[in-house]
Amino acid sequence: MKLIRKSSASATTGEAESLSAAGDAINRRAFLKRSGITMGAGAAASMLAPSMMKKAKAAETSPKAGVEVEIKRSVCTHCSVGCGVIAEVQNGVWTGQEPDFQSPFNLGSHCAKGASVREHGHGERRLKYPMKLAGGKWQRMSWDDAINEIGDKMLEIREQSGPDSVYWLGSAKHSNEQAYLFRKFAAMWGTNNVDHQARICHSTTVAGVANTWGYGAMTNSYNDMHNCKAMLFIGSNPAEAHPVSLQHIMRAKENGAQMIVIDPRYTRTAAHADHFVRIRPGSDVGIMWGMLWHIFENGWEDKEYIRQRVYGMDQIREEVAKWTPEETEKVTGADEATVKQAAQMMAENRPGTIVWCMGGTQHTIGNNNTRAYCVFQLALGNIGKSGGGANIFRGHDNVQGATDLGVLSHTLPGYYGLKEGSWKHWARVWDLDFEWVKGQFDAEEVEGDNGKPTHPMFYKGIPVSRWIDGVLENKDDIGQKDNIRAMVLNGHAVNSQSRGPEMKKAMEMLDMMVIIDPYPTHAAVMNDRKDGTYLLPAATQFETYGSVTASNRSFQWREKVIDPLFEALPDQTILYKFAKKLGFHQEFCKNIKVTDDEPLVEDVLREINRGMWTIGYTGQSPERLKLHAEHRGTFNTTTLKAEGGPVDGDYYGLPWPCWGTPEMGHPGTPVLYDPSKPVAEGGLNFRARFGVEHEGTNLLAEDSYPVDNELKDGHPEFTADMLKQLGWWEELTPEERALAEGKNWKTDLSGGIQRVAIAHGCAPFGNAKARAMVWTFPDPVPIHREPLYTPDRGLAAKYPTYEDRKRFYRLPTLYASIQKDDYSKDYPIIYTSGRLVEYEGGGEESRSNPWLAELQQDMFAEVNPTDANDNGIKDGDMMWIETPKGIHADAGARIKVKAMITRRVAPGVIFAPFHFGGHFQGEDLIDKYPEGTEPYVRGEAANTAFTYGYDSVTQMQETKVTLCKISVA
Amino acid sequence: MARMKFLCDAERCIECNACVTACKNEHEVPWGVNRRRVVTLGDGEPGEKSISVACMHCTDAPCAAVCPVDCFYTTDDGIVLHDKDLCIGCGYCFYACPFGAPQYPQEQAFGVRGKMDKCTFCAGGPADDMTDAEFTKYGRNRIAEGKLPLCAEMCSTKALIAGDGDMVADIYRERILKRGGRPNTWGWETAYGNNV
Repeated sequence: MKLIRKSSASATTGEAESLSAAGDAINRRAFLKRSGITMGAGAAASMLAPSMMKKAKAAETSPKAGVEVEIKRSVCTHCSVGCGVIAEVQNGVWTGQEPDFQSPFNLGSHCAKGASVREHGHGERRLKYPMKLAGGKWQRMSWDDAINEIGDKMLEIREQSGPDSVYWLGSAKHSNEQAYLFRKFAAMWGTNNVDHQARICHSTTVAGVANTWGYGAMTNSYNDMHNCKAMLFIGSNPAEAHPVSLQHIMRAKENGAQMIVIDPRYTRTAAHADHFVRIRPGSDVGIMWGMLWHIFENGWEDKEYIRQRVYGMDQIREEVAKWTPEETEKVTGADEATVKQAAQMMAENRPGTIVWCMGGTQHTIGNNNTRAYCVFQLALGNIGKSGGGANIFRGHDNVQGATDLGVLSHTLPGYYGLKEGSWKHWARVWDLDFEWVKGQFDAEEVEGDNGKPTHPMFYKGIPVSRWIDGVLENKDDIGQKDNIRAMVLNGHAVNSQSRGPEMKKAMEMLDMMVIIDPYPTHAAVMNDRKDGTYLLPAATQFETYGSVTASNRSFQWREKVIDPLFEALPDQTILYKFAKKLGFHQEFCKNIKVTDDEPLVEDVLREINRGMWTIGYTGQSPERLKLHAEHRGTFNTTTLKAEGGPVDGDYYGLPWPCWGTPEMGHPGTPVLYDPSKPVAEGGLNFRARFGVEHEGTNLLAEDSYPVDNELKDGHPEFTADMLKQLGWWEELTPEERALAEGKNWKTDLSGGIQRVAIAHGCAPFGNAKARAMVWTFPDPVPIHREPLYTPDRGLAAKYPTYEDRKRFYRLPTLYASIQKDDYSKDYPIIYTSGRLVEYEGGGEESRSNPWLAELQQDMFAEVNPTDANDNGIKDGDMMWIETPKGIHADAGARIKVKAMITRRVAPGVIFAPFHFGGHFQGEDLIDKYPEGTEPYVRGEAANTAFTYGYDSVTQMQETKVTLCKISVA
Repeated sequence: MARMKFLCDAERCIECNACVTACKNEHEVPWGVNRRRVVTLGDGEPGEKSISVACMHCTDAPCAAVCPVDCFYTTDDGIVLHDKDLCIGCGYCFYACPFGAPQYPQEQAFGVRGKMDKCTFCAGGPADDMTDAEFTKYGRNRIAEGKLPLCAEMCSTKALIAGDGDMVADIYRERILKRGGRPNTWGWETAYGNNV
């Protein structure tokens, strides 16, 4: 039975038509309505008529009159804005959702996803119990059997190939405590083959920004945007990706701020902008330098700010001088007047902010792009100011926290890195012997990225973007003992990764795949494995509790709304069960209380507080966070500062760095590097992270320092010795002195060094200049390089990519050998990707939510009328998108999607959203899901057809530019 | 007496569909029935505008005027409601409504219409307030709970405003003054031309 049909006389189509009459209404939704897709299409037997569906649900989940209502407070689990969620629970059932008007982040608002989270409380398409694939069939099993079978196989692989052959893929959906435990777990298993979504989302931001001025995070906050005079969005579409942020952005706009959008597409955000600049995908450095050319040409830069706080701007000038309006137009496609207007708007309206997202980060030169954005803001003197900043909107709800807590292959929690000293610091925090931890790793040294013998413990692991190469490459060519043989995917959508056909091949070569998730995910169905795939049902964040870090670095405490549905278990419990099976649970939770295999979340946070000195994750105790949650209504919605009440003077959620111990009572840092306040009250300056001089030039700040700084100038980072030289050592208590002796602000577990530095008005991490030139990176001054698959051979010759690298994050990494081939004749169209408001990430969860799924029923691609007509494609036709063959593939990738013809994209560019899964190269995989778990809406994963290409610093995958051809399917 | 009104500020609406989903969530509206929807005009081109549309609770409601069984009534707050026990699912109201508000669940095969369903301004229906019977037929009665419609309360950018018409007008007027210029209300040009 069909539920909605264009051809039927339903109200649905009627309205679309009546509004067409009022105006030209070919819009995305009307377009999709015409698709005639019905709920659970293809699964006729499992479909319910709407009235039946309502009855089935209403019986269990609708509010009941006269039954007591319990109110629980949580935080939306979709994006990084951190919207408060108020849940009404009756008899343990989540029956109502109310707006959280008290939350200073969302003031009650939600987007479609946030407004739908109650569906989590009764999701019918969830994975219900542990299952395994045996002989091509899904079989139910008990948790104990699952842990035992999986654990035995892991130990066998460890015995034969070493711990590096099991890959631990964590998640930006973990709470902070789960993320921390996940990283700690991988360390104790003995591998750095651990990573999560941040690698393929903002890794180039974190690397680029941290190497420019100290920390790789959003500098200000969504709320602080109220103070902007100008806002520049590049490669960012918050109207779809972070809708509630638009509330703050609109407020700024209504206060008179100018809004500029730079994007290859005329996005929903662009529709609200004062000025739109369309660029060719992959030309971000070109447009930034093109704007900066006008700024230098007209002397609009902030010369005094640059003198005091920026190193290397002269080298930038030399590069920018090449980006004349003619060259800029040639590379980016944007003409002189348009570019100059954007530059002038930013110059004349200060402070102004810049916002970027995946459009800028997901490139082979992602780290150049992010640094170019930073340099642009430094030239205008916009960093370290309320209303200014680099407001990097993070993606997932806790991708900031999971990044901070080091669910990454190249660092331990807190960006300590993987050096011996880093491990010793964490061994001390864990209260374990360093040698025991080291003994968990393979003892055999391998040839490292630098060609020298390297111990696996100090060697960064394979990044998630490249795990498939860890399987597919010849084992003699990779920097570890053996290939990856087992994958553990704990909360990860593989359809967010590129090179689909090669991924399928890699999956089929694995000994074992373990998927820990509330849903089976695309990973469970996209391959033809017959055995050795396990599905373990994880609880959602509404079924457990803990802290989460929003994009603006604020922590929020989630309460548990309901008990886990079906047989689901929270991640911390699953990890503990595995630790027990693998034999290191006592070390794993040495100072953490465990009840019924569940580590106590508060204890985990206290351990985090004891170790994370680098970024000030130390002051946010569970007690303080719970108090903030309770009194969230007392915070000013622009400054985020509490005005009176029990948390008077604190900033909401104690945005990191919240220095020192919780007892020190630091209020958190609302705006990074803002010297207009004392450090003790949230002020700061750029971090002295790169030494005190470079090639004989001073790197410390000149005549710029936070209010109350007693040194009144730039200074290096604090160490015990420095305190002694300054005569401040005696201000430490005897207990602090005992722990701080020989340590620095990052490794002193007493917090005394930080406390005394701050008492004298100094930032513990020193006071230096930001560096516009990162001499440790492949391109010290950010330069433009053409994408590997470029449509313009002339530009490829002028702006060539990098040379191939033999070993980079343990893997051979190709650049020039791919770019040298001309694909532009056979594949003439640029293929790019992005987001939709209704879905999130791989979309497994949101496409399984009928309230959202109904709104977006088809995978589609946007095609300009010119390309559509050239290829004989009509609106609503199914079409093939085909891309060049991958290095380990047998044929090129192709996906079958619906064509949406629109001028939103320029001629020569097609765009596809990346949230779909459940189809593979034209085939619907519905029969491969365990019964009753298939998402309501399935479609081709856009990334199946994305090609090779990885950032030169972080291995971020290139998913914003490749080449394709299109044809009618 | 207050007169309840919706207003969608097209300058702020970003077509995020929070209103649509909030409505689904609050009233457990089944798949295929949309009490509220967001319509985008000029999609993907300069001048693109979105607006959230539902029953506008008209003062002189055309649906009520054409209903052969007279199932519509207007509450003291100016909310237009209907009685599903009287409704015969004929569909006249759908043709009369300028906003496409009335919806019909397909209860059987072959397109037979069920009873009409539409936005209630979160005010339930003629059944007793806040009972299970009222919820099943009309959804939750937030007005009786002293709350406003959830679609507006959850709107991501506060574009959709609901409440006492005088207060809605005050909020909107304040925004217009702040922005400067003439009202940006959707349809203004159609009504008054481009130069007013």
